[in-house]
Amino acid sequence: MRPILLSGHERSLNQIKFNRDGDLLFSVAKDKIVCAWWSANGERLGTYNGHQGAIWTVDVSPNTVLLATGSADNTVRLWNVKSGECVKVWDFPTAVKRVEFSPDGSRLLAVTEKRMGFLGTIAVLDIAYGDGQGGNLEAQAEEPDLRITCEDAKATVAGWSYLGKFIIAGHEDGSVSQYDSKTGDQIENIQAHEFDHQINDIQFSADRTYFITASKDKTAKLMSTRNLAILKTYVSDTPLNSATITPKKEYVILGGGQAAMDVTTTSARQGKFEARFYHKVFEDEIGRVRGHFGPLNTVGVHPKGTAYASGGEDGYVRVHHFDKPYFDFLYEVEREQLKR
Amino acid sequence: MAPSFDTLTEQDLHEEEVEEEVDFSDLKEQYDVKLEEGLDTFIVIDGLPIVPEESRQKLIKFLLRKLNAVGHTSEDAVFMPVNDKSKSEGFAFVEYETPEQAVAAVKQLHGVPLDKKHTLSVNKLMDIDRYGREGRIEEEYKPPTVEPFKEKEHLRSWLGDANARDQFALFRGDKVGVFWNNKGNEPENVVDRAHWTQLFVQWSPKGSFLASVHPQGIQLWGGPSFTKQKQFPHPFVQLVEFSPNESYLTTWSARPIQVEEGQPVLSYEEDGKNIIIWDIATGKPLRSFVSHDLTAGPTGEGDQPKKKVQWPAFKWSADEKYVARMLQGQSISIYEAPRMNLLGKTSVKIDGVMDFEWSPATTQREGIKQYEQLLCFWTPEMGSSPARVGMMSVPSKEIVRTRNLFNVSDVKLHWQSQGTYVCVKVDRHSKSKKSLATNLEIFRVREKGVPVEVVDSLKDTVINFAWEPNGSRFVAITTGEAVAGAAVAPKTAVSFFAPEKKGHQLGSFKLVRTLDKKNNNAIYWSPKGRFVVVGTVHSQTSFDMDFWDMDFEGEKPEGEKDFAANLQLLATVEHYGVTDIDWDPTGRYVVTSASSWTHSMENGWSIHTFSGNTLAEHPTDKFKQFVWRPRPATLLSKEEQKQVRKNLREYSKEFEEEDKYAVDIANTAVVETRKRVINEWTAWLRREKEFLAEEREAYDLPENADEAKLAKDARPEAEEQGETVVEEMVEEIVEEHEEVIG
Repeated sequence: MRPILLSGHERSLNQIKFNRDGDLLFSVAKDKIVCAWWSANGERLGTYNGHQGAIWTVDVSPNTVLLATGSADNTVRLWNVKSGECVKVWDFPTAVKRVEFSPDGSRLLAVTEKRMGFLGTIAVLDIAYGDGQGGNLEAQAEEPDLRITCEDAKATVAGWSYLGKFIIAGHEDGSVSQYDSKTGDQIENIQAHEFDHQINDIQFSADRTYFITASKDKTAKLMSTRNLAILKTYVSDTPLNSATITPKKEYVILGGGQAAMDVTTTSARQGKFEARFYHKVFEDEIGRVRGHFGPLNTVGVHPKGTAYASGGEDGYVRVHHFDKPYFDFLYEVEREQLKR
Repeated sequence: MAPSFDTLTEQDLHEEEVEEEVDFSDLKEQYDVKLEEGLDTFIVIDGLPIVPEESRQKLIKFLLRKLNAVGHTSEDAVFMPVNDKSKSEGFAFVEYETPEQAVAAVKQLHGVPLDKKHTLSVNKLMDIDRYGREGRIEEEYKPPTVEPFKEKEHLRSWLGDANARDQFALFRGDKVGVFWNNKGNEPENVVDRAHWTQLFVQWSPKGSFLASVHPQGIQLWGGPSFTKQKQFPHPFVQLVEFSPNESYLTTWSARPIQVEEGQPVLSYEEDGKNIIIWDIATGKPLRSFVSHDLTAGPTGEGDQPKKKVQWPAFKWSADEKYVARMLQGQSISIYEAPRMNLLGKTSVKIDGVMDFEWSPATTQREGIKQYEQLLCFWTPEMGSSPARVGMMSVPSKEIVRTRNLFNVSDVKLHWQSQGTYVCVKVDRHSKSKKSLATNLEIFRVREKGVPVEVVDSLKDTVINFAWEPNGSRFVAITTGEAVAGAAVAPKTAVSFFAPEKKGHQLGSFKLVRTLDKKNNNAIYWSPKGRFVVVGTVHSQTSFDMDFWDMDFEGEKPEGEKDFAANLQLLATVEHYGVTDIDWDPTGRYVVTSASSWTHSMENGWSIHTFSGNTLAEHPTDKFKQFVWRPRPATLLSKEEQKQVRKNLREYSKEFEEEDKYAVDIANTAVVETRKRVINEWTAWLRREKEFLAEEREAYDLPENADEAKLAKDARPEAEEQGETVVEEMVEEIVEEHEEVIG
């Protein structure tokens, strides 16, 4: 199907997120506005206004009641998805680069930047859902329940494991660590990517037993949540900004491209601004989707695996609904296995 | 610490991380305190007759005669100790003026008989101190242990590959690897080592050795596992050149060599030199030289002439018997290998000589019986005498053919690979010196009297020229004047020449075809002839390569019937940013590459067939160098080769079957690995699920622990509903009008 072009942002995209039902798509960009879209037709549902700086990250609670955003204005804001009101503002000493709700929605983690003498931290906030009827959402804890400080290399991205048991963080130096989400102790740290090649994205599988990392070292890795074992490696020819795992089909989608500052020094002929599909198990590249005219900063996939969206440095979000051949495609080996 | 050259082992090379240390060596050199400096001038003479104190002076005087023959010393500088019995001890200490003289004395006087009974043994004082000190020498003589003979690895083992595959070396990042070429498939790795070389790698001309370049010198590697074969410690070496049959090696460094005490291979003779010619078999230097610089091109008035290193500085004759070097404008010095003595004890004086080239093969001129090697040289116009191209026969040093030329700007000499022809590319300027044109003067070396044929059908200047290897055809690329300040290089024209067919004899050279308005600037003939790639390299804007067949087996155009060629364009290939084009030694494959030495855009290499069919592309980060391993000449006789050619069809059937079989095997292997991988994956998923269920139980969490916390808006039943249907209500006002109800 023809991709739907969502042109609601004036600056480069930073993150996009489908809600758990997949009917809504949230996008944040450097232009201080959060947009909510119907994923089916690309119509804009509304915006959430209030941030004073570029918004780095967005996440929606599993029940689509609350929306959390983190911004360069050093705040995390909580919004009522339905009404668009800002229900809570948490102030941090530095910019917030990543927020994510725990799988049950009861907690929210926020990754803060290392700057001006402050070390990078991962803060965990308890989230309450008011009276359960969408009222009294303002009643939230004032202070974080837990703070994990990253002494060595700052965390750039983080997410929750299955059952909310661990927090998995990707670091500036290319390592991935596993923290106990109750105590904040680091359990494991693995140099998953090349040293000093920042990890730009972490996204989890549906059951959160494994996740994919995207790094500046031009590779994406599939890792086990339980012990951080590297299961698969996807090699590309460009620095990667984002990666996601598709449900239903055994694929992963990678997004990246020459960084804006490098474009002039590298081949102008092709910036490699394509979404790349790899087979999750076989690690082969299967296809590419063109369209963006800047690097892809973020990719997201519909929770039912029927569509994916990508947000680029060019300020556009492109929503692609998969066609039949996408679902039909199988390796001979897979087909045999299905028959059995 | 970076491993020192002497102790460099293969383990060191395998080390992943060699810490980069700041190179202090230049400072060290400058400020290094030489503790034993003063003793460098002392020698110890042993084996003297024991004389009473009275006759000591006599002995010293006698000795001095010998000592002064090699350097300067005086009576005061000779000290002969006397013991309590007023007898000399049979040894003496001597001080020379300079360390060099001391070294010379050791070299020349050691082992020299003084009289019938006494033989001098002369050593440097420091050596005595170093090796002879008490405790360092064991009292009892122990015969040196002779290492048991160890069979060395076979240097040509790669030729025995069952599928006759070729090898190549690949230098990318800081790793060098040697691989088997597997056509379109992934190349098979033989060895891959980090930090294998500092600057570049180079194969020897017959492929036996791979040379790596280090600040400490050159190392040669060879055999099936690429073990260390030889090392040549030339400090800060920058360029290296093999002789045609791999017997000798020439190395060059911009920095004059400083020989330090204790250097095992280099002696004081090498001090201050830039160039060393080595014997590969022994690893010892044969002779060393100071390099002559070339003045680069014609210089404007008052300009400082630009210095350019002349490389290869020493050019070898085809049979390695002679090696010659030119002192630009003055003379050519020819040395005889391996003694490295100047042939006839003098250099050949050629006023104004600009360049020379040896014939690449031992040529037999008609009517000449005795052995000879030929070389060609040229001199520019000087005063009223014309420019001249000459051909010299060696060892007689006789000039056997000359040709005078006028209005010459520049000359390039191109030998055909068998030495049958030499093409002299003459760039001529008009009288006003404003426009340039090129003449090709072709010497037919094997014909009686060496006749010269002039090709002057080219209007423009020839920027590139190449003979067909073992053939008699050539390609020339011409271009018009470059417009000053224009951003785009001027268009070029590619011209193909072939001799006319005259029965069995080959007639004069004729232009077959010219292709105008091209961008090409480089010519790469297949090493076996017939096929040629005309490409565009080091260009910012165009990257096309034309694959041509000179003997196309099809209809010949009417106008070209008389030529010994049938030209056909096979394919045109583009490779973005291409910097190098390399034929494999068998002429089956062409590799085009974009090196990060030139630019950093899309570095990597691609492999094509001889006909321009791209087999595989290998984008490689920080790709630097791709070099095919050369092959030695075939051992098959002409008849045997003909036989092979005749039965080609049968062979090809066999090979095709083999290929098919290999593909089948490869496919099954792929399917097998995929099966294995997917089974592993499903097993892993299952296990993980079990773990998850266990943990959930352990934490006493309900089945739906990961479910969303309920709130009014949550729609848990959405799962069962499947797809959510979004209804879009579009209201359109079709018409609007007011009605007055009265």
